[in-house]
Amino acid sequence: MQMSGAQMVCEAIIAEGVKTVFGYPGGAIMHVYDEVYKQNGFEHILNRHEQASVHAADGYARATGEVGVAMVTSGPGFTNAVTGLATAYMDSIPLVVISGQVPSQLIGTDGFQEIDAVGISRPCTKHNFLVRSLEELPRLLKEAFYIARSGRPGPVLIDIPKDITVDIGEFIYPDSVDIPTYKPTYKGNKRQIEKAVEAMKAAKKPLLYIGGGVVLSNASDLVRELAEKTQIPAVETLMARGVLGAKNPLLLGMLGMHGNYASNMAMSETDLVISLGARFDDRVTGKLSEFAKYADIIHVDIDAANIGKLVDVDYPIVGDITEVVEAMLPQLDGIDTDRFEAWRNILKRYDELHPQSFVDSDEVIKPQWAIERIGELVGENAIITSDVGQHQMWAAQHFPFDRPRQWINSGGLGTMGFGFPAALGVKKAFPEKTVINITGDGSILMNMQELVTAAEYKIPVINLILNNHFLGMVRQWQTFFYEKRYSETDLSFQPNWKALAEACGGIGYDVTTKEEFDAAIKDAIEQDKVCFMNVIVNRFEDVLPMVPSGGALFNMMLPQKVEGK
Amino acid sequence: MKNSINERRVISVIVLNESSVLARITALFAGRGYNIESLTVAPIPDSDMSHITIATNGSAKVMEQITKQLHKLIPVYKVIEHEEMVEKEMVLAKFPITEHLSDVGALCAAYNGGIVNVGKEMIIAMVADEPKRIKHFIEAAQRYNPYEIVRGGVVAIER
Ligand SMILES: Cc1ncc(C[n+]2csc(CCOP(=O)(O)OP(=O)(O)O)c2C)c(N)n1
Ligand SMILES: [Mg+2]
Repeated sequence: MQMSGAQMVCEAIIAEGVKTVFGYPGGAIMHVYDEVYKQNGFEHILNRHEQASVHAADGYARATGEVGVAMVTSGPGFTNAVTGLATAYMDSIPLVVISGQVPSQLIGTDGFQEIDAVGISRPCTKHNFLVRSLEELPRLLKEAFYIARSGRPGPVLIDIPKDITVDIGEFIYPDSVDIPTYKPTYKGNKRQIEKAVEAMKAAKKPLLYIGGGVVLSNASDLVRELAEKTQIPAVETLMARGVLGAKNPLLLGMLGMHGNYASNMAMSETDLVISLGARFDDRVTGKLSEFAKYADIIHVDIDAANIGKLVDVDYPIVGDITEVVEAMLPQLDGIDTDRFEAWRNILKRYDELHPQSFVDSDEVIKPQWAIERIGELVGENAIITSDVGQHQMWAAQHFPFDRPRQWINSGGLGTMGFGFPAALGVKKAFPEKTVINITGDGSILMNMQELVTAAEYKIPVINLILNNHFLGMVRQWQTFFYEKRYSETDLSFQPNWKALAEACGGIGYDVTTKEEFDAAIKDAIEQDKVCFMNVIVNRFEDVLPMVPSGGALFNMMLPQKVEGK
Repeated sequence: MKNSINERRVISVIVLNESSVLARITALFAGRGYNIESLTVAPIPDSDMSHITIATNGSAKVMEQITKQLHKLIPVYKVIEHEEMVEKEMVLAKFPITEHLSDVGALCAAYNGGIVNVGKEMIIAMVADEPKRIKHFIEAAQRYNPYEIVRGGVVAIER
């Protein structure tokens, strides 16, 4: 069929089954927007900032496992989108971002709103394209979606010069993709898998180390089965919360800088690490030379470059977690699970010694209490997004996540401002869920303009602001490592949160007591409107345990003991 | 530890002929802090691929990462870390005409080359040899007061 390049873009989005697109128009992408106006295959949400559009598409992708799509114009539209691309890149999230570019004949002339988008985005995309001709556009669109979702997923940028969106040509959307230079490895090496299974059977203190790759591979059920069949205890990374489920007796908790005692001790004492889709990030390992010092390491990852990057690996397996665990399971029939009982008991003892705990208060709301309370009040029906800081760590530690994709946060890049727009994407994908952005008084302001978007499109997400009047996480480091010099972290000057939300068409709650908290949550769910819930929490609360940066995992600063716990 | 020894290595990267492919490769080296000692690119005859030869240095661990990261780039078809290979580099050198032609000629002949152009003011010589020997040639050439020496970069082929 004959059509314009702009129409091809819309047809491809529809053909890929994308129901919601997030974006912001401008000169170079106006032809595409003209076609967005005419079509009815997908809904377009006009965010109030391009960064928010990309985060929203990202939230949609994380919640559904499908490719998220965002559209932006050239120049400043694109540069605003860069933080979104980098956020998705660091967490391997499949996105297709379409940017307008100045007309082909103006490229290289410093034209109005011209910027080298493929140059800027090269290190923060899985791949990117500058479209050179209309003929190649259908194929590149197809390849963009394919590259985004296959192998180790990631964001792909297509930069389309304006003239190509105007030109008319034949549109045939390819059924399949053949890129001779890009063949991801899904199946793990059979021999290596056998060896890894033998090592699991021979170990005395094995440990499952579960990373975000398990979520990306939709392998959570299989990994649960693996844990149950072998009775091997497990730790999750920040990105893997929900994989095993909070109630799973084999789950020790989250490991790393703010991991719980049992998890970090397990990693320090294990004799066999079974790493599934985790990448040995420095926030997880602490001092590398002390990390899992006594262990052999099985490392399963779809990205060969992750294997052996930071730690030496004894059983490297390049492949998709789903395929590899599927191959492992039958070989583990009859594994002697009693073998690991002594080990499980040691770890249980560790957890009793130093459980994940906090000292509650009757005078002031403790942020940890607020998170546990949300778990009690909304629990299973909630999907939680978050920003970056103390509130994020408390959410990861204390919320009872019971399934994958219930916990959505920026782990790799640590992007403040991610949570609210991401929540919009999540809510568009799952309107029947209660979507709560657990955020801070610093982070929420970084994309607060999305109040307007949420109000206009009636996307009722709850922004639970754990308000400590501080850039709390930075303040915590200043307390511990900078002799309490609170350089530029005091947020005592605050907006009127309730008025701010109301001014943009949402609702606001000021909460200072536990009773008000319960009432506000209940009301917010009933009101079904975007809201800011300003919860005043203990100012100087610290996230604990904490492994000081660069320290060994087993050297944790621990919370004060709680009576009777 | 054998892992930490910095070694010179030559890798060949076979890539799709796309406009931005070289930028992707050099950006990867720059962004991840790897060295490029020399780099040559040329199309592979009768194909839509190009052969890039990169001389670099790093520990075994770094080399492994370089290879894997290169392989991750979408337009990269193959990365060959050479063990047994023939390496050559070409050099052009410009000397004053006042130097002894026969001496310069003999020097170049010792490095698989010769005089390729003679003008009113200068002579141009070409040699092609292993990178180590090229260093020797450049040292020896200094006696003849070269105006300019242009190295071509390493090309390599597996034996
Ligand atoms: C865009 C961005 N800028 C700066 C930082 C550094 N940073 C990490 S946590 C943090 C404080 C966040 O404050 P707030 O949102 O109030 O959360 P709290 O730690 O108080 O819970 C800062 C500034 C970041 N992660 N992202
Ligand atoms: Mg704060």
